Amino acid sequence: MSQVSRPVSRPVSRPVSPPPSRPLSPHLQVYRWQISNTLSILHRLTGVALALGGLALGGWLLALASGQAAYAAANWVLSSLPGQVFLVGWTFCFFYHLCNGLRHLGWDAGYGFEKEVARRSGLAVVAAASLLTVIFWVLALTGMLE
Amino acid sequence: MSLKSPLGRVLGLGSSGTGTEHWLGQRLSAIALVPLTLWFAVSLLAFPTLDFYAVTAWVAAPLHAVLLVLLVIALVYHSSLGTQVVVEDYVHAPLQRTLTLIILRLAHIALAVAGILAVFLIATRAPL
Repeated sequence: MSQVSRPVSRPVSRPVSPPPSRPLSPHLQVYRWQISNTLSILHRLTGVALALGGLALGGWLLALASGQAAYAAANWVLSSLPGQVFLVGWTFCFFYHLCNGLRHLGWDAGYGFEKEVARRSGLAVVAAASLLTVIFWVLALTGMLE
Repeated sequence: MSLKSPLGRVLGLGSSGTGTEHWLGQRLSAIALVPLTLWFAVSLLAFPTLDFYAVTAWVAAPLHAVLLVLLVIALVYHSSLGTQVVVEDYVHAPLQRTLTLIILRLAHIALAVAGILAVFLIATRAPL
């Protein structure tokens, strides 16, 4: 009966322990940035930007409803340099949020969770959003769809 | 008065059956927004100029007016749900958080009313 094993006591001086290999919760100070979390944050940022874009769309419709003078003023604001910068920004935000939103819907349906697939679909979203933004503005400025 | 404990009363009853509205509403409006926003973007590209009379006549076409109102509703709903979650995640002080959520919700309702009414006013003004 004297063979009951006792808990092994810790050595008095321990060597510096290597960082644990298990995943850590994403404290931003220690989090290793990667594609997945960057794109996730970007999804939220573009969403908030697009909420403001919705405000602009509402304002534009209201101006059109108010008459020619208000509509001309709204279009003057939108065609000014800051207005154009905002429009191009909103276009990218829209295409990014759209593409990444479709990626999210795919996840919701249970597809594309594998690490490598998720990484590649993320890169594809960035590429598609950039390409669509360029195509949109080329079409808008050259009037090829009129 | 029941002598059963609160835990005993709910055990085996399953989930409450509610609580997924927010998640579902976000997805449903997202799916609706895919065709609606793409239609709007392509329509904008198809205008030679954004001339007042041309755009007014375009909005006034019944199909366009219906789709625009649907776009406004889906957009505002999606935006309301999305920004709500952002505030819930990052604004921690209870009073500021509640106030921000109230203002955000009211602003979205106001935007929906303004957008829908604007489409209606444009459509009814245009000579058919």
